Amino acid sequence: MQDGNQIHAGFSDPVFQSQGAFRALLAALSEPGLACDIGVSVETPVGLEPATAVTLLTLADYETPIWLPAALRDGPAGAWLRFHCGAALVEDPSRAAFAVIDGTVPEPKLSAFNAGDDQFPDRSTTVLVQCAGLAGGEAVVLEGPGIAGRRSIAPTDLRAGFWAEIEDNAALYPLGVDLLLVHDSQVLGLPRSTQIVETR
Amino acid sequence: MTVHQSISDEAKPAYNYAYLDEQTKRMIRRALLKAVAIPGYQVPFGSREMPLARGWGTGGIQVTAAIIGPDDTLKVIDQGADDTTNAVSIRRFFERTADARTTEATDEATIIQTRHRIPEAPLKAGQIMVYQVPQPEPLRKLEPHEAETRKMHAWAEYGLMQVKLYENIARFGEVTTTYDYPVMVNGRYVMAPSPIPKFDNPKMQMSPALQLFGAGREKRIYAVPPHTSVRSLDFEDHPFRIQSWEQPCALCGAADSYLDEVVIDDQGGRMFVCSDSHHCETRRAQGHRGTMLGDATASGLVEAKS
Repeated sequence: MQDGNQIHAGFSDPVFQSQGAFRALLAALSEPGLACDIGVSVETPVGLEPATAVTLLTLADYETPIWLPAALRDGPAGAWLRFHCGAALVEDPSRAAFAVIDGTVPEPKLSAFNAGDDQFPDRSTTVLVQCAGLAGGEAVVLEGPGIAGRRSIAPTDLRAGFWAEIEDNAALYPLGVDLLLVHDSQVLGLPRSTQIVETR
Repeated sequence: MTVHQSISDEAKPAYNYAYLDEQTKRMIRRALLKAVAIPGYQVPFGSREMPLARGWGTGGIQVTAAIIGPDDTLKVIDQGADDTTNAVSIRRFFERTADARTTEATDEATIIQTRHRIPEAPLKAGQIMVYQVPQPEPLRKLEPHEAETRKMHAWAEYGLMQVKLYENIARFGEVTTTYDYPVMVNGRYVMAPSPIPKFDNPKMQMSPALQLFGAGREKRIYAVPPHTSVRSLDFEDHPFRIQSWEQPCALCGAADSYLDEVVIDDQGGRMFVCSDSHHCETRRAQGHRGTMLGDATASGLVEAKS
């Protein structure tokens, strides 16, 4: 087999690694703005952050279409997800249950993904935003369920207008996409219920 | 010949960890994450057959099975008690299928699965409450059709519930709902808190613990994240009130816990005791004495502890 076609291994211990990763994701979404370590490492294909890969291994399967940027979809990352998750990789962002986007790239906008409908708001896309860092950027103050008072986050190098998109998404509540900001082995939840109080 | 057999390690059933298969866990986990993102909204999920009848906590068991791991300590209560049938059998289920560490102490538990009570001891950040829910739809008794209640939730059309409470007040002078008292979560969804007494409703408001709800027969999962507004529905001139009792717990003397009425003879004798068995035992161990503790110890109803 050629080197370029090789598919890396997935979980070495699927039951307990997916359980541990899920608890980190549950903590991240139930306490928005809190960076949680996913606690599991796998050999990650090019283009996916380690926490992105673990999150999709934990949650995605044949029931959940995944949207990836075209370069990832046609590369080793796409092959890796098809093999390990059995998930369909879709081109239309509005059909995706999970999506991976690069925080610096201007397209697609969050509004391109599925926000659910008023009777089934749970059918919305969960968007994994791969960031250059989760601390050290411009401070953003959050408020909402899961946050006692207010919480400040400072992810770095996000595209211009990103926080305005998040505000528009939160305004759709109870509809909207749910976000996981991802860097290295860290995930930080930004569900639709979280409100942006101020950006500095 | 003896019919009793002890279960050796080899005889343990060869199920996957925590009974459910991995695909089912993934499906439940996805539903849980959406439930947390939309507090109070009921997420449909593919509830599985469990090795006990629906109505015995299959929803709560499936939620617990999807979240539990080797680092967890599990507490299971049924109407507040750790030692009743449902609690004992569910605890044993997870001891067998997930090698779960179990406890009766509320503050040691990381996951507390409950039927119809919230423990008296305050919950802490990092703890997860798992509620067993028979009827997740708070509007079901008012509107039998799922297609209609779904629209009522979609459009936040909750007038019917307010009318029901109003009719209670018009007829009886007060709201007569004492358990499963409807709450408004995060100012958006009316939610059934499961059949906990309304005494426990205020404990849900801004709780530091994560609260997950599983309804197995009705195939719904919903959640309340920590620090989330959970307001019991009421009127300005008829504010929400919890139950109160004229006497304290007969065993431990607690005046601030939820009490069960126990009939003790056929002469009209009765006693009121804490429904939270661990809370009551902890207080007795601390030296608190109720008026009838002596009688109960003498008749063997309560284990004598110095």
